[in-house]
Amino acid sequence: MAEIAAVEAVGVTKVFGAGAEAVRALDEVSVAVRQNEFFTLLGPSGCGKTTLLRLIAGFEQPTAGEILLKGKPVEHLPPYQRAVNTVFQSYALFPHMTVAENIAFGLEMRGTSKEKTSGVVEEMLSLVKLTGFGGRRPAQLSGGQQQRVALARALANSPDVLLLDEPLSALDLKLRQEMRGELKNLQRRTGITFVFVTHDQEEALTMSDRIAVMSRGRIQQLGAPLEIYERPVNRFVADFIGDTNFLEASVDGRKGEYIHCRVADSLDFLASPAANAAAGAKVTLAIRPEKIQLRPGGTAGTIAQTVYVGTDTNYEVRIADSLRLNVRVQNAVDGRGQYAVGDKVGIEVPAGAARMLQD
Amino acid sequence: MAEGSLTATAAAPGVAAGSRRPRRALDLRYQPGFGTVAICCVLLLYAPILVLTVFSFNGGSSVTRWGGFGLGWYAKALQDEGFHDAALTTLKISITATIVSTLVATAAALATTRTRRWPGQTATFIVINLPLMVPEIVTAVASLSFFALLASVAHLNFGLGNLMLVHTVFCIPFAYMPIRARLEDMDLTLEQAAADLYATPWQTFKRVTLPLLMPGITAGAALAFIVSFDDFTITQLVAGPGQMTLPLFIWNRTRVPLTPEINAMSTILLGVSVIFVTVSFLIARRRRD
Amino acid sequence: MAAAAEATPTNQRVAEAQALMRRRWLRARWGLSAPAVLIILLFGILPLMIMVVYSFLEAGEYGGVNWKLSTDAYVSFLFQRDIFDGTLTFSPDYLIIFLRSIIFALATTVICLLLGFPTAYFMATRPPSQRTLWVFLITIPFWSNLLVRTIAVMITIRDEGLINDFLLWLGLIDKPIVMLYTNFAIMLGLLYSFLPFMVLPLYASIEKMDFRLVEAGFDLYATRGRVLRRIIIPLAKPGIIAGCLLVFIPAIGAYVTPLILGGGKHLIIGDLIALQFGSSRNWPLGSAQALILMVGVLIALLFYVRTTTGKAQALHG
Repeated sequence: MAEIAAVEAVGVTKVFGAGAEAVRALDEVSVAVRQNEFFTLLGPSGCGKTTLLRLIAGFEQPTAGEILLKGKPVEHLPPYQRAVNTVFQSYALFPHMTVAENIAFGLEMRGTSKEKTSGVVEEMLSLVKLTGFGGRRPAQLSGGQQQRVALARALANSPDVLLLDEPLSALDLKLRQEMRGELKNLQRRTGITFVFVTHDQEEALTMSDRIAVMSRGRIQQLGAPLEIYERPVNRFVADFIGDTNFLEASVDGRKGEYIHCRVADSLDFLASPAANAAAGAKVTLAIRPEKIQLRPGGTAGTIAQTVYVGTDTNYEVRIADSLRLNVRVQNAVDGRGQYAVGDKVGIEVPAGAARMLQD
Repeated sequence: MAEGSLTATAAAPGVAAGSRRPRRALDLRYQPGFGTVAICCVLLLYAPILVLTVFSFNGGSSVTRWGGFGLGWYAKALQDEGFHDAALTTLKISITATIVSTLVATAAALATTRTRRWPGQTATFIVINLPLMVPEIVTAVASLSFFALLASVAHLNFGLGNLMLVHTVFCIPFAYMPIRARLEDMDLTLEQAAADLYATPWQTFKRVTLPLLMPGITAGAALAFIVSFDDFTITQLVAGPGQMTLPLFIWNRTRVPLTPEINAMSTILLGVSVIFVTVSFLIARRRRD
Repeated sequence: MAAAAEATPTNQRVAEAQALMRRRWLRARWGLSAPAVLIILLFGILPLMIMVVYSFLEAGEYGGVNWKLSTDAYVSFLFQRDIFDGTLTFSPDYLIIFLRSIIFALATTVICLLLGFPTAYFMATRPPSQRTLWVFLITIPFWSNLLVRTIAVMITIRDEGLINDFLLWLGLIDKPIVMLYTNFAIMLGLLYSFLPFMVLPLYASIEKMDFRLVEAGFDLYATRGRVLRRIIIPLAKPGIIAGCLLVFIPAIGAYVTPLILGGGKHLIIGDLIALQFGSSRNWPLGSAQALILMVGVLIALLFYVRTTTGKAQALHG
């Protein structure tokens, strides 16, 4: 028994421009966002994530396909007739109104009584921790405060779905990290479906229930953060999220639930299969730097470079002339790295840590 | 203050930020002689009108020979019936032309700015700016011909309406430009946000677009008024018998021996312009804060 | 064109909804811009067309026109008909006046540019607080009544005017220099009228300039003069062109200036055209002259559009 999706896109295509200059921003995208979930659209600029958001909000119309809100098609409805609200990247606070007037705007447009409106405004102000700021103007607020007003303004309308278009990108790092936690909490408490757009993969991983990784108008992979990180299906996803080593390997054969691959005639890996592969086939393996373990005194490779990054040290290990591996090793308690340039090391990778990519 | 702007002060070593600008030789913005030319130009621009103004307070009766201070000429001018009538007529024409042209220009600006291309957009833009591209004398004689034809063939004469119509035509582009400029500066996402918050297009216009557009509309209206108020060429040729505006009135007074009364009347007209420019500058300054 | 979408019922529904929305949107655009366009078409363009028609009619006896087709107006622009035997002889009078007007307008434009550019540059390089004052000072003559300003010039340069008085008092001359009602007076009047029209667009253009480009020039060993010639002036080109047009077009059709300072000698076009509609009672000739003037101006404008298309400056919608 499936619950109705809060938002669903079915075969949505969006083309901008015409003829030779036509840009296919979205290419037959189908995705369903569940109710009460924190759903993230993640991808580099130009991948179509913002376009999809704008289609849901109603600022653009699809060239083909349909958009459903709670099961009902809405492509013919203008934004002011859709029960979704948007938090814009630039906040778009009305400069000639006070904070309270901004927050009350949506309620006012829908004819809510004055007492009810002021009640909701107070509630929203305390929700975003800006009690007492009602009389100020947007120009008098800091970036973080403006962002919270934008949030309050949208939430005041109890929308079915809240759309957030890279709302944290204008904030500096510490504030951003703080806001991530607050947004996540807010979503849990209010239970409103969030559709969140970002290009920052750390943000996506920390906040989302599910992530849709997008590139060039298509969804590359859809799944929970762990799924996306541990089991990327293709090169793009493996590359976009976190760091990855890509290795050309040849298949030796199946070994239980793994596939035995050989790299550069010297390294053996037991890779988790993306599909069945015949012996002798050439495949690409993706291995995360932190999954590779180094053993002192081994002969597999030599340390070519070390880079200290605080919690860890990144090592560049030279295996053969053309093969270098990035390895991340957590530093010891005293902060020191274990290896130095020139050390010879052995390499160990747990079974299944290497992923075979379909491509 | 934007980096790289023409007046960003280069921090010379040892000079505290915000203190005196570096010496001439080091000041990259300095060009020799330009300051002198600038000052001379301003002096030259103001010299004749300053003379005009000063001599309006002339106690004596010569236009350029001083006979002591006196406000007599202002009294004479302000009591002149003809002057009153001309002022009234001018106000009637200019206020009407301003109101109509500003309304119409606002609508046109909303239609032609910040929008995806629509068929006829370029043509509309050209038509709206057309009055600016035609020399005044040509507009004047064309309008004269038009109204003469109307009068002789269709026996239609709108009286003062003739002048109001002609003024409106050339006021439209003057009102249009500042409104369009202000519209282009406005953040498009604000209106999207309003729509996102359940405001219908009309509500969006009333609550968001219009308040934010007001400075542009005011500037456009002020410009339209001043242009209509000051107009001479077109008015002189199109005006029928008995239709006298202030500029025409002053022109008539130059045909008779000059007295400082003409200085007084001219200064009053200049005063109106100065007031308008000052007020619009003050409004612009307040907006920027 | 649009994506190759199959004509499924869904897609059709979507397409219909979109077509409806687009029609409404388009109607709104036309509706909003219609009043302005209609007013200008009816009372701006229609009169111009009537004027063109008039230029092909016969002059009426008491002014106005007789509705008989005739090319007399255009013929008399270049030729004079001998009243006795009707032969045509080439008469350059009107041509000379047109030429003189063009020369006046060009001279005004050039001098205004030479004076206006340093002024605008100087203004743009003042600290922001001072700059507002300068702009204010230049804006006032810009929006002041042209008639009044020209009268001010007349009062100053006439024989009993301030300049002559002053020079007489100093003893440098013993009778007044005749300045009024000469070519000089008209030239001076034109300059005085249109200098602010050059300064303000120039100022707007220079103020927006990215000064880092000038700094780059200095960094690459250019002298002040070279930086001016090779960097600043080319960057200010849009403002220069706008200012020149803003001066040339009104200058060539100037009417107030010759009226007040020209003494009725009808030395330039504006005066001449008005004369035909006044005491000369030759409306078709006046219309023809006005038409020729307008065509000349339009050519100048086309030139402007051609030199600025490519840069996203000109009539963008």
